[in-house]
Amino acid sequence: MIVEILITQMPYLLHGVWVALQLLVCLLALGFVLGLSLAILEVYGHWTLRWFGVLFERIFRGIPAIVLLLLFYYGVADFVDISAFTAAVLALGLRSAAYQSQIFRGSILSISQGQMLAARAMGMSKPMAIREIILPQALRLSIGPWTNEFSSEMKATSLAYVIGVVELTRQARYIISSTQGNILAVFAVVAALYFIFNWLGNWGLYRLERKLAVPGFEQGGQG
Amino acid sequence: MLLQVENIHKRYGTAEVLKGVSLNVVAGQSKVIMGPSGTGKSTLLRCINHLTPPDQGRVLVEGVEITSANLNKMREKLAFVFQDFNLFTHLRAVDNVAVGPRKIRGMNKVAARDLAMRELERVGMVERAEAYPAELSGGQQQRVSIARALAMEPKVILFDEPTSALDPELTGEVVAVMKQLASDGMTMLVVSHEIGFARQAADEIIFMDGGHILEQGPPEQLFASPQHERTRQFLSRIGEGGAGA
Repeated sequence: MIVEILITQMPYLLHGVWVALQLLVCLLALGFVLGLSLAILEVYGHWTLRWFGVLFERIFRGIPAIVLLLLFYYGVADFVDISAFTAAVLALGLRSAAYQSQIFRGSILSISQGQMLAARAMGMSKPMAIREIILPQALRLSIGPWTNEFSSEMKATSLAYVIGVVELTRQARYIISSTQGNILAVFAVVAALYFIFNWLGNWGLYRLERKLAVPGFEQGGQG
Repeated sequence: MLLQVENIHKRYGTAEVLKGVSLNVVAGQSKVIMGPSGTGKSTLLRCINHLTPPDQGRVLVEGVEITSANLNKMREKLAFVFQDFNLFTHLRAVDNVAVGPRKIRGMNKVAARDLAMRELERVGMVERAEAYPAELSGGQQQRVSIARALAMEPKVILFDEPTSALDPELTGEVVAVMKQLASDGMTMLVVSHEIGFARQAADEIIFMDGGHILEQGPPEQLFASPQHERTRQFLSRIGEGGAGA
């Protein structure tokens, strides 16, 4: 009975969800730190750093995620011992950094120049002005676009399946092959699980956006 | 001499905006710079605190050239009030005023907040201390930005057309605060066409035209008997001055 199979196999599916979430958190964290740094470099950096940022972003936005996964796992494994999970975090995380850098760059550029001028005029150094004045505003503006990135990456974790990370999609394949068939039922459950976690994540981000909102600011500020 | 500005030149492409401007401000003085638009008044103010580095010339605060040491430290002595306020959008009024003392001068949170409340009191904005900039009128925002400048305990405050982005009925409250500061002995260099402030609070009017200082003198003298035709024309255009319009 398919219902029975699904119930007995549910712990495996949930473990798959757990692995997918770990992968998601790691790759988004890597993407956040690196993406934000790239964005700052691209806006404020010396032209050589800016050039490096643009090059990085073009490369990682220009290659399919599956190809990156294969490159980082099979390609890099020739030189260093790397687990499938680590390879997936690197491949998807660096790619996410490229996308996130564009989100943050856009938000930083949308902050009125007067904010930086006022901060510098009172004696803040450039790094302090970026940290205390620009980023608190830019990051607030980034939450909306960032939910897109969150959703894409949540779904992209399923691609790690091709290099053998035992996440949700691969658990589903295991269940299907060990119980002969039931493709529709198993993948329907898997789809529902992805959907639920995506929905929860977006809901949380929306709440965060509302919580951090500042009067008049969400409309892009006023003169 | 508190502020010495010597022979400032600034060029944008082929246009020379400032053609060698020099002026001095003694502690406790307030000087008002007037002149037709496009004459380099705002550029001059920005050159003074090096928001726009001049191509040539020197700026000295209490005898120390501002580029000779840490520019950020020197800027603490030269507060700047902007035409369009530039309050930090994500901070409440009180935090706009406290952020400088706290982050730049290293005061603790409580002391910085106390100082901020005192400065807000000085500009009559204590009641709106918890408001965000977007919740304040233009005049209120400008008063908070003056409090923000005061909280750095600067030697001089540079005002760049502080009332020209305001509706006419809101300029009064800002001018009143500025007059109070002047009578408290704050050293001020003000780019403005506020005749009321210039007449009552300025020790000297500086008239600029075409990147030069054309003439300067006490307000009663400059308004009553300007020496240059350009000054006369300008004063009559803004509804003031000896030539009469």
